[in-house]
Amino acid sequence: MNAVAQLQRQFVDYFNSLYREGVVDDQFAELQKLQDESTPDFVAEVVTLFFEDCEKLINNMAKALDQQVVDYKQVDSHVHQLKGSSSSVGAMRVKNLCIAFRTHCEAQNRDGCVRCLQQVNNEYLFLKNKLQTLFRLQQQILAAGGSIPTIA
Amino acid sequence: MDNGDLPHVLAVDDNLIDRKLVERLLKSSSCKVTTAENGLRALEYLGLGGDEQNTMDGTTTSKVNLIITDYCMPEMTGYELLKKIKESQIMKEVPVVIMSSENVPTRINQCLEEGALMFMLKPLKQSDVKKLRCDLMKCRS
Repeated sequence: MNAVAQLQRQFVDYFNSLYREGVVDDQFAELQKLQDESTPDFVAEVVTLFFEDCEKLINNMAKALDQQVVDYKQVDSHVHQLKGSSSSVGAMRVKNLCIAFRTHCEAQNRDGCVRCLQQVNNEYLFLKNKLQTLFRLQQQILAAGGSIPTIA
Repeated sequence: MDNGDLPHVLAVDDNLIDRKLVERLLKSSSCKVTTAENGLRALEYLGLGGDEQNTMDGTTTSKVNLIITDYCMPEMTGYELLKKIKESQIMKEVPVVIMSSENVPTRINQCLEEGALMFMLKPLKQSDVKKLRCDLMKCRS
């Protein structure tokens, strides 16, 4: 197997492992489908925006939960945003954490919220790490003159 | 008759990631796309922004074949935007599609009763948009 084929194999295996572990869902594969020669950076762009959004929202939620009197409507609206974004990019675990997070907001449970926020933050960092690895593989394939395999 | 122009879609969503996604989905289905981040900007683009709803000068109204909007937006919801569009003389014939991440039957019915062409569940997929494109072409011919 030549270098490009090996890299492509690695890419597909890594992608499939993320899917198997529930780190990403079908929606992530949908994003891949939208990427082509005319938009080779589409997925990386969207994912980068998503991570920026995560950081901003996580910071805002932390601040809101730190207040003497917590505005749970505010926190909930941030969680709603994050749930939407994570759903749109296929970040399944983040999305599911947001769903749980919202119930704590509704119950106005500060401890529950703080716990969820911690989990969301951990999951976001984990996902970021994984996807950066995926994109690195992608870049290596392109640098070696190959094309990104389409995931069925 | 139809001169082969690509349909022009105005996509409205307060979420940047969703805007990017819907734009790409529509472009990959051969549509021209303009995005707006809220209802107010959308109305301005459509020439419905100010108090004057007349189009005496005519030249400033942009030709839009479809409006697709998120439901949950701060200040003006997609439903409120839909109402304003249907109330306007110049824009009421333009089909409006509402998107939402939440499957709430009362919400869906409310929008359809107000004249929305259809309701779509987020996240949108390529197959959803391809179908929408077909329905849109049928509307135009």
